[in-house]
Amino acid sequence: MEFLVASAVGVMTAGGLYLMFRLRTFPVILGMSLLTYAVNVFLFASGRLTTGAPPILSDGVSVYTDPLPQALVLTAIVISFGMTAVVVMIGLGAFLGSDDDHVDDQLDDENEEARGKS
Amino acid sequence: MNHWIIAPIVLPALLAPFIVLAARYHIGIQRAFSVAGVLMLVGIAAGLAVQVSGGDIVLYQLSDWAAPFGIVLVGDRLSTLMVLLTAVLALFVLLYAIGSGWDNRGRHFHALFQFQLMGIMGAFLTGDLFNLFVFFEVLLIASYGLMIHAGGNARLRAGVQYVLFNLIGSTLFLFALGSIYAETGTLNMADLANRVALIAPEDTVGIRVAAVLLLLVFAIKAAVVPLHFWLPSSYAEAPAPVAALFAIMTKVGAYAIIRVYTMIFPPDLAVTAGLHDLWLLPAALLSLAVGMVGVLAAKRLDRLVAFSVIGSMGMVMVSISLFTPAGIAAALYYIVHSTLAGAALFLISDLVRTGRANLELTAQPPVAGTALTAALFFAGAIAMAGLPPLSGFLGKMLVLDAAYTSDLMVWIWVIVLGSSLISIVGFARAGSTLFWKAHSITLPEDAVVMSRPAPLSYVAVGGLISLLVAHTVFAGQMHAYTTSMAAQLFTPEPYISTVVDTPGKMSKPTKKDH
Repeated sequence: MEFLVASAVGVMTAGGLYLMFRLRTFPVILGMSLLTYAVNVFLFASGRLTTGAPPILSDGVSVYTDPLPQALVLTAIVISFGMTAVVVMIGLGAFLGSDDDHVDDQLDDENEEARGKS
Repeated sequence: MNHWIIAPIVLPALLAPFIVLAARYHIGIQRAFSVAGVLMLVGIAAGLAVQVSGGDIVLYQLSDWAAPFGIVLVGDRLSTLMVLLTAVLALFVLLYAIGSGWDNRGRHFHALFQFQLMGIMGAFLTGDLFNLFVFFEVLLIASYGLMIHAGGNARLRAGVQYVLFNLIGSTLFLFALGSIYAETGTLNMADLANRVALIAPEDTVGIRVAAVLLLLVFAIKAAVVPLHFWLPSSYAEAPAPVAALFAIMTKVGAYAIIRVYTMIFPPDLAVTAGLHDLWLLPAALLSLAVGMVGVLAAKRLDRLVAFSVIGSMGMVMVSISLFTPAGIAAALYYIVHSTLAGAALFLISDLVRTGRANLELTAQPPVAGTALTAALFFAGAIAMAGLPPLSGFLGKMLVLDAAYTSDLMVWIWVIVLGSSLISIVGFARAGSTLFWKAHSITLPEDAVVMSRPAPLSYVAVGGLISLLVAHTVFAGQMHAYTTSMAAQLFTPEPYISTVVDTPGKMSKPTKKDH
């Protein structure tokens, strides 16, 4: 199970990072979401992996799962979900306004002409 | 338990929804409540600062849960000073936004402004790392709204970059928190300080990774080169009052670095040896150089001010990364100066924008209201470039003095003094092009007469400049206070014992508490 979780975090992080280094808004946002999934699983695993153990103190139980990472993950999920929604809206606004969805700085006029010629 | 310390968070948190729900269509009521709220914040912040000025640590346990089980708010000299600085800055920025009419160019300015204040205040007051993350997100999500306030393509594009960069920062922050929790099992700062010191030297791989990740996150916030790329376009494109308020946001990063790396990973801790002097200090020197060269190279006034903010953050970080009491004291003095000067310059660039077709640094017809705007720009530029007689000069002297015993003393002195010269040339070039060269241009026949900025705008900028003057006049007292602050930071035991040993629910778990 450790290997599965660790490789899931690793693969999602790698994919997320690759997509994040793209030039256009859509892949970058996809990469961001992948990365937030990766971090959520990572946070979840930070309380150690246990199966079938209760998170609340109860009589006659000796193995517990750590409840705190679950609370942290919940907060992180809500926040990253909201943030992704915000960036999609802003990115959409920028795309509809300027008909260009590059994430880098807008070229000034001279460069624009040079790009048009080339 | 004293409840005043949570007031700077609760007050804006209540005011913001009230403004959205009750005063949605009445800009007058919004303005009145917003100003009243910020005035109250200034009062509360001043009261808190006086309360802890003797060296007390004020602790607030939410719902009376004892640390490390519950979240705590902690007020010491450093956090209350930052809260006071934020409140005072917010007051002048708000006056400017009202005077210039910026708050009426889009919806919900005042509500977002209050949420932003809530996030900043919370980040300064919290004693819990995960809570710090949450307050970072609160201030960021409010800042996304403020940053694209009033819309426009250029602003939206810059907004996308800003949001994406900060999302990456937040994700890194979560990775750092996850590794810290996995290594220590706690996220309370005082508790962490105790536990990190107990980790055996051979088991420090995880915690070292976490320390570096955390430093990266805060360096993104503080716009340290090479993590500064989000700053120039977003600050330049943001509405001027928002950019002025953002001047405190880079300081949130600096504050977090000071807090975490004096308490949890103190400079003499073997685990993080080399992090400050081998990595942070050169990066800080680089940001100082890049920022000030950017001042000289900028083609537009708003970009110029944004680069000067990077440069001044570089100066702050140079002083912080010395990690000596003298260095931290100088950094704190400089933080107050740099916040006020940066905010004033952003507002002044908007004064220029009001009276001019654009902000490009080319010869154009004179700015409407030239005399006063030029005088304010002169004062602001002197402060930012660090010329006598204003506080920038004193702050820089303190930094140089603190760096005198450093191994990299030659590098620090050369870069600080050299970059100052470059920034002086940059500001002089910008000012003479904007205000003097303009008089050699003959006005075309069909020239549109630009209106002068509103008097309230000048009052707000004048207020910030006069605070800078006060910061200079009372430099002795201020420096004495920042020195006592640094002393408190370098003896964290009272802070830690106050947080960990104050009784509350769960402090002695019994069978009954199950």
